[in-house]
Amino acid sequence: MTVYLDYAATTPIRPEVLDCYVENLKALGNPSSVHSAGQKVRRALEEAREQIAKTVQCDRNEVIFTSGGTESNNLAIKGLFWEQRALDDKRCIILSAGTEHHATIDPIEWLEKHEGAEAVWIPVDEEGVIDFSWLENFLVEKHQEVALISLMWANNETGLITDIPRLTQLAQKYSIPVHSDAVAAFGHTELSFKSSGLSAMSISAHKIGGPVGIGALIVSRATKLVSLVHGGGQERGLRSGTMNAPAAKAFALAAKNTIEELNAETQRLQALRDQLVEKVESITSVAQLTSKHSPRMPHNAHFIFQGCSGDSILFLLDQQGIQVSTGSACQAGVNGPSHVLVAMGRSVSEAYGCIRVTLGTDSCEDDIQAFIAALPKAIEGALKAGIANTGAN
Amino acid sequence: MKVLAAMSGGVDSAVAAARAVEQGHEVVGVHLALSRMPGTLRTGSRGCCTIEDSMDAQRAANLLCIPFYVWDFSERFKLDVVDDFISEYESGRTPNPCMRCNERIKFAALLEKGLALGFDAICTGHYASILTDDEGNLELHRSLAVAKDQSYVLGVLTSEQLKHAMFPIGASASKDDIRAEAAARGLSVAAKPDSYDICFIPEGDTQDWLADRLGSTKGEIVDMEGNVLGQHQGAHGFTVGQRKGLSIGKPAVDGKPRYVLAVDVKSNKVVVGPARALAVKELVGSKFTWCGKAKADADEFFEALVQVRAHGEQVPCRVQVTSDQMIIKLDEPILGVAPGQTAVIYLGSRVLAQTTIDSTVSAVDDFSTASASISQSVNGAV
Repeated sequence: MTVYLDYAATTPIRPEVLDCYVENLKALGNPSSVHSAGQKVRRALEEAREQIAKTVQCDRNEVIFTSGGTESNNLAIKGLFWEQRALDDKRCIILSAGTEHHATIDPIEWLEKHEGAEAVWIPVDEEGVIDFSWLENFLVEKHQEVALISLMWANNETGLITDIPRLTQLAQKYSIPVHSDAVAAFGHTELSFKSSGLSAMSISAHKIGGPVGIGALIVSRATKLVSLVHGGGQERGLRSGTMNAPAAKAFALAAKNTIEELNAETQRLQALRDQLVEKVESITSVAQLTSKHSPRMPHNAHFIFQGCSGDSILFLLDQQGIQVSTGSACQAGVNGPSHVLVAMGRSVSEAYGCIRVTLGTDSCEDDIQAFIAALPKAIEGALKAGIANTGAN
Repeated sequence: MKVLAAMSGGVDSAVAAARAVEQGHEVVGVHLALSRMPGTLRTGSRGCCTIEDSMDAQRAANLLCIPFYVWDFSERFKLDVVDDFISEYESGRTPNPCMRCNERIKFAALLEKGLALGFDAICTGHYASILTDDEGNLELHRSLAVAKDQSYVLGVLTSEQLKHAMFPIGASASKDDIRAEAAARGLSVAAKPDSYDICFIPEGDTQDWLADRLGSTKGEIVDMEGNVLGQHQGAHGFTVGQRKGLSIGKPAVDGKPRYVLAVDVKSNKVVVGPARALAVKELVGSKFTWCGKAKADADEFFEALVQVRAHGEQVPCRVQVTSDQMIIKLDEPILGVAPGQTAVIYLGSRVLAQTTIDSTVSAVDDFSTASASISQSVNGAV
């Protein structure tokens, strides 16, 4: 028996979404073709766009389909930076935080290395919450040099929720565009792009029961971006290349059904999650819930296991059929110390000791019980193994 | 047994894991991430530990239908192997990083972690054999594949480590056999080139790599009498026995090539001289370990063989082990042995012990006299 508790990594495709995907894959036609076969596929694509727009409360023209979260973040960050700098070459600062996903940090660092950008990482406290007063002061002084701000809606590792309205209110004073990576938030909390004040927002299908390989960047009508790819000018000229109508259709259905179930599912998962946290805390004293005192995603429980290496716990749980994660998707399969925890001021040893448990559509009480039953053995072995990489035991 | 197969992404460790599976063990594959910033692709036979190697290891594990994980040992590797390598060169010694990696990473950090997580043994693709003597003691022996034998770099293993080590390809006759077996098993790494260089110096230029880390400071190249022959960019870039890269303008009086005889990092001097002056007749080390059961009566000189380089020849010798040092008297002198190198002692094909060489005794009388002045400061080379 295996128990899947890694929904933040990816989710099982919803059965009705799979059917829809397969059905649409059968349709012949390039959505850009003028003839009726093309028009039929175009219609499916635009239905999908409208559906996505409804689920995130934006205008249909604001939905730009991409290959997923990483591409969306790259398009937003690089596109906004180039656009802003072209308007005023003083605008070189990109404000973000060290707790962001690599799909945000790495494009920023790339711009820094190759395009003369200056990355400024907003300080965060030990819970991972950004320091708004620092940001306010920084903007008072340097707003004319800021090209954009990019901060995630919810953290993919810790589940911490960013106060997006407060952020955009602050940025609007100086007309600074704000992008948010909402990949970890979409499907677990209501997202209203319209009232968020954001210029751009990234979402992805495979985190909500849709297929891998499709996502979107929501770009407000007022926002201009420089495109990363050039060709046929599809997707408002921001993403050239034949549009993936079947995947878009499947994405839209997954989004629709997820959002329809959102309230009930949020309550159900939160109750399960709280039960899990309570049980973990009752059976071991080495586990510490991350960002305990801050608003977090309802399906996420992230722990630091003091004195343990996360990969030891992961291995010992995996041996017992329980699938969890040490944090963000790893690079080349390596579970190094979590850069998120390090950015939160945690020690390297603590950053090695993370385990993220995330719940989703198929999660039930039996899963929680199986996890709790397997955990003591995993902790025992992991404590014995210590943190081999740092030599700390 | 529950076996943890260390899989580098190369052909040897893949076949070793395959054989362990075939022997009926419960095998889990693990790739050690030894660099925090791994390169994406390998460049020919240069380096290893790239993302491509990790993927190759994973692909091999998939084909063997065994679970596979990547474990991060980059911090430990940096501290115990890379930093050690730099500081050894900084002190004018010549370390063997593969040996340190076996001693401190594969058969220490990894083994300890494996044992704690419920494994019984670590399986690697080393060419060496573990045999059992009449009393049931484990012994490490040379591989049948003489050309690939890696018993030298495993000389640091103790009885306890041997107990938990498995070298399933040690009994193979040659690397070609292993490649053929890999191909027959459908392992895509069958034709992958061997790695020859130090894995953390992917460009292959040790001197440049060290200069980047230790900086370059001009110093003198002197002969045995102390006459200045030329300049160098930092003594730490030189190794005893080195001939190339000395940049001395004028030839020696006898017209013969000159070699590095000693490296004195304190005065930043490199001493050069004729090949014959490289000959040493005695090696002494204070840090030593027994590989398997210790030899009884080792405080009396006994006959053995010694090897001082990974693929060097073995030389007959007499060895004495006291409480605080190992003395190796060579039957015939050998050339160019540097402090920091490891001397591995063999009894026939069995690896008996190893020591890190602290000092050497020259086999050339006139060198001993002539070099008396430099020997004081040159890393114990007397």
